[in-house]
Amino acid sequence: MSLPPHVARFTGGIHPMDGKGLSNGITARTAPLLEKYLVPLHQNIGAPPKLTVTKGELVKKGQRIAEPGGFVSVPLHAPTSGTVGNLTEVPGVAGNTLQAVEIISDGKDEWGSGLDPIVPWQEADRKVLKQRVADGGIIGMGGAAFPAHVKLSPPPEKTIDTLIVNGAECEPYLTADHRLMLERTEAVLEGAAIAARILDVDRIFIGIEENKPDAIAAMKKAADAYGIQIVPLPVRYPQGAEKQLIFAVTGRAVATGGLPMDVGCVVQNAGTCAAIRDAVVEGHPLIERYTSVTGTPVVHPGTWIFRIGTPVKEALKLAGGVREQPAKLILGGPMMGFAQSSMDVTVTKNTSGILLLTGRETGRYLSSPCIRCGRCVSVCPMRLLPGPISVMVECENYALAEHNFVMDCMECGACTFVCPAKRPLVQHFRRAKAEINAIRRARKKH
Amino acid sequence: MSTTFLAAVCVVGIIGLILGCLIAFTAKKFDVEADPKVEKVRELLPGANCGGCGFAGCADLADAIVNRGISPSRCTVISAAALKNLSAFLGVEAEEKEKMTAVVFCGGSLSRAARKAQYNGIMDCRSANVAGGGGKACAYGCIGYGCCARACPFGAIEMRDGLAVVHPEVCRGCGKCVTVCPRNLIRLVPASVKIHVYCSSADKPAARRKVCSAACISCGKCIRADGQGRVEKQENGTVRINCENPPDISLAETAGCPTGALQTEETHRAIQPISPKETQK
Repeated sequence: MSLPPHVARFTGGIHPMDGKGLSNGITARTAPLLEKYLVPLHQNIGAPPKLTVTKGELVKKGQRIAEPGGFVSVPLHAPTSGTVGNLTEVPGVAGNTLQAVEIISDGKDEWGSGLDPIVPWQEADRKVLKQRVADGGIIGMGGAAFPAHVKLSPPPEKTIDTLIVNGAECEPYLTADHRLMLERTEAVLEGAAIAARILDVDRIFIGIEENKPDAIAAMKKAADAYGIQIVPLPVRYPQGAEKQLIFAVTGRAVATGGLPMDVGCVVQNAGTCAAIRDAVVEGHPLIERYTSVTGTPVVHPGTWIFRIGTPVKEALKLAGGVREQPAKLILGGPMMGFAQSSMDVTVTKNTSGILLLTGRETGRYLSSPCIRCGRCVSVCPMRLLPGPISVMVECENYALAEHNFVMDCMECGACTFVCPAKRPLVQHFRRAKAEINAIRRARKKH
Repeated sequence: MSTTFLAAVCVVGIIGLILGCLIAFTAKKFDVEADPKVEKVRELLPGANCGGCGFAGCADLADAIVNRGISPSRCTVISAAALKNLSAFLGVEAEEKEKMTAVVFCGGSLSRAARKAQYNGIMDCRSANVAGGGGKACAYGCIGYGCCARACPFGAIEMRDGLAVVHPEVCRGCGKCVTVCPRNLIRLVPASVKIHVYCSSADKPAARRKVCSAACISCGKCIRADGQGRVEKQENGTVRINCENPPDISLAETAGCPTGALQTEETHRAIQPISPKETQK
């Protein structure tokens, strides 16, 4: 089977320094068992899960400790066997505070998820498979944290004909998906095949950026057995953004305000696929993930397999600590990740990277008025007018900003990256989106 | 020489005369009859166009007062004397109205509130609120980038040491600041109440203390010292003065508030040392 080149080139995009060389050649290591894990309850988009265990209760590894709080919600599972500790609070990634439950390890690390392997899954009922994805507590592991089973349940009026696995990993520094695709190639492919069976589609693509030639080669070697096509993509940020990836692979453009399913596509992250495979074939719910610990101050940057609920402090200790004082701790990648104000944050299901930056690498700039150079317009992958929209937001003219499609902004940060006036464009758009959403909610009420 | 001079004066003079006549004619012909009463009422209104009344501006309110029978006391910012004048002109009874003033229910100035980060974004509270909430550690307190101060049409709010403070003698109670504060810290209260508990944190008391030296820790000392239900604990744990039946301002001295969250409007505005610890320094 000949491999299709990528079909289309999305508009705009940038080429930031990628920094992946720090960690992409190092085999992922499994983090040793910790004495205590702090599992935040609300890790997903949608309703927060409800805790079902009480303090002092004995739990097995993989045992359900929280029920989903609705359809758009997922259960939680114990990262190891042991005792349930206090219900405490940990800082959330976005600067909020999350309730978290302590799981104190008993050192035995015994499985007891209560989920039986579904083999052979090729013959299993689609509903059973979908229910397993929901029971596995699987959410989008690329960073969006959207429950995977919801994405796999398109409304009946939408016909889905394509499943796209997102292995682009276009964020600088991050190498978690890269290592995962190299080391668990079969798991990613099998997971993608299971997701395709749930959706009843036979067109499956895996989009991988060309800066990961070894992963592309490994995937190509194994993909034929699953009828999956590998699509090497040119290196350009944000190649891994959902709508840009769909456009690159299929040539279909999602209309403003639309969803991928409007053009017959479902996109799942490579890590999510591997998690789906583990839940179905092994009966293991999502309790660990590949995460890069990287950045120039880190002594031994690399990729680790962390249990969900590992404190970031412990994760950095495993990576050998720091060789110089870092100025910034970012969860996720440097473009779309969140700078943290506390070291007490924990690894959650969507933590793709723990990144430290030095003072030299993090600029502190004073922003100045827009000089109308138009660079933001030329790099915006959504074809918006970032500069003019930012001025509309500054003037608090949200109606005009909405008219100029500010709600289509996905906050990739390309405009802010190139702005010579150092304008904090994305922050303006985030504020506009928050205010417009508040206005829409208020309108709905009346 | 002299004839050219005269010609120029004549030509310009005649053009001027013709245009003047034209303007006079159109002004008479297309005159829109304005209700002089509305004009007069507009003059008697404060003219701040703050929008506190809910109308588009003072002219809109004046029209509504004259033609739709809206009470002149609808104007939130009018002074008592001006309202009396206006009512006398309209021939209606002046309603007694309590003067309201805005109060920022937070005492966390930069020297008192703990910092969690160096904020390097847009210096605006509502922008900071979508990016982790600025530099101060308290998730409920004043962010301190002056959204309310910029919104105030009267210049009654001052940013002092990273905290918004209201000057009640300037504040006219229009409520613009109330709507812009992303933390919902500002409320309109009767201006006669001069003592408040300046903290809005709904955290656990210990967590509040950790992030701010001026936090109310819900110890209940002021409630006991008052003993008449004039200070009340609310559902979310914050303590508030009962504005309908306020205690005397001497309660700030006698209650012995351990953190100084209970303070008079004057000390809050001046950001004077309030807690026992601060006073010792």
